[in-house]
Amino acid sequence: MNILAHIGRASLSLLEEVGRVTLFLKDALVQGLTPKIFLRQILIQMMRIGYFSLPVVGLTAFFTGGALALQIYLGSSRFNAESLVASIVALGIARELGPVLAGLMVAGRVGASIAAELGTMRVTEQIDALVTLATNPFKYLVGPRIIAAVVTLPLLVGIADTIGIMGGYIVGTRSLGFNGYAYIRNTADFLEIDDVTSGLIKAAVFGFIIAVMGCYHGFNSRGGAQGVGRATTNAVVSSAILILAANFALTSLLFAD
Amino acid sequence: MTEGHIVLDGVHKSFGAKHVLNGVSLAVPKGHSLVVIGGSGTGKSVMLKCILGILRPDSGSIRVAGDEVVGLRGKARDAYLARFGMLFQGAALFDSLSVWENVAFGLIQGRHMARPKARDIAIEKLRQVGLGPEVGALFPAELSGGMQKRVGLARAIAADPEIIFFDEPTTGLDPIMADVINNLIVDCVKRLGATTISITHDMASARKIADDVAMIHKGQIIWQGPANTIDSSGNAFVDQFIHGRADGPIVMDVLKP
Repeated sequence: MNILAHIGRASLSLLEEVGRVTLFLKDALVQGLTPKIFLRQILIQMMRIGYFSLPVVGLTAFFTGGALALQIYLGSSRFNAESLVASIVALGIARELGPVLAGLMVAGRVGASIAAELGTMRVTEQIDALVTLATNPFKYLVGPRIIAAVVTLPLLVGIADTIGIMGGYIVGTRSLGFNGYAYIRNTADFLEIDDVTSGLIKAAVFGFIIAVMGCYHGFNSRGGAQGVGRATTNAVVSSAILILAANFALTSLLFAD
Repeated sequence: MTEGHIVLDGVHKSFGAKHVLNGVSLAVPKGHSLVVIGGSGTGKSVMLKCILGILRPDSGSIRVAGDEVVGLRGKARDAYLARFGMLFQGAALFDSLSVWENVAFGLIQGRHMARPKARDIAIEKLRQVGLGPEVGALFPAELSGGMQKRVGLARAIAADPEIIFFDEPTTGLDPIMADVINNLIVDCVKRLGATTISITHDMASARKIADDVAMIHKGQIIWQGPANTIDSSGNAFVDQFIHGRADGPIVMDVLKP
């Protein structure tokens, strides 16, 4: 009997949370993404979400591309298919690892900072102060972050794809003995435009998830430093899980042909 | 009886099972300064947030200048909020903006004023609270608590609002700085002819800035009268509060040792 009560309580609180996120999402879209638009805030957020994430995302992509080349070489050499390394690295990075790893890294970096910043603004009454200065917090805080994340994540992933493939190239030519020209030739011949765009579309969706979850948890943080800490953790964990779930859904519904 | 500038009629607000406001009824005539006194957790802040529309009352009516304001949305709400200024307990300055940008925030974002003109007004408002133009370039984190409060006051009066709220304006300040803030409040309010509601538990502050005093206890206004009658209110709750006695009709939830 007790177990049933526990399951019931957990289910109810999950549904409650889903409902709250949905209501927040409605406000974020209806109020945050309609005029008036705070252009200056959008540009500031694009710098912070996009530009300053470049080193983290670039390094992640570089090492992943390199490791991928090593692993695929190991596997493919078992049945003499080493020539596939270049194309599978490119495919794996563009379709899957580029967007997912960049999304997860940005979720950790940016999702956390959005939640911490807005959470602190909430507990120090800065968000209420915005309201008393006739400025809608959804337009001033949430909208610019969503727009900036949705615009910059695909750009970041485009760069991550390039760097990741380059990581594979360097490992391939330096330690696996590939001919540089042939490696690039292989990459260019096999990679199709759909492979890249599907990754970029995923990236835009991940950016949306990161910004919305960061803002949601920040906006709803309660109770001082501990509350802000909890909001930060929840923002990162929930956006990471949603990114992985959305990645599976997008891949299986839209891009698996 | 002529209707006051701000009128609350039977306002109720609960959070879950906790009834914070149990039918608050209150009227503030135009140009008057009402000070609401009461212990911690009696619903003072919640009352202000209901008037501002940050929280929505469960029932009851709030009228400002004769117009019902509960449930305002969109443009009507922005126009309504543009008539307010508020000084928050912790000043709630935007820490990412410089002092003058904080003061000018409502002018630039809320009223679309050009930045140079808003800056001039901000510098003038800073002068009115006794701060030199050089302070304008600093950031809130570089200021002492008393200076932050003064910047918060400058921001509250920047747009020449017709209604100003003060949330515990002297809490956390030394007695001399508290008196400086009280004098500034009296000066600024007189200059603007604004209607004000202040909430405080600092009786020295209440005596200085109040035309009328109201006492809130357990979510209801239990006494309201002119400030100079507070010592002869004949109300045991008020007497206990203004003299700061632990024994009396108000029982704190404190376990006896």
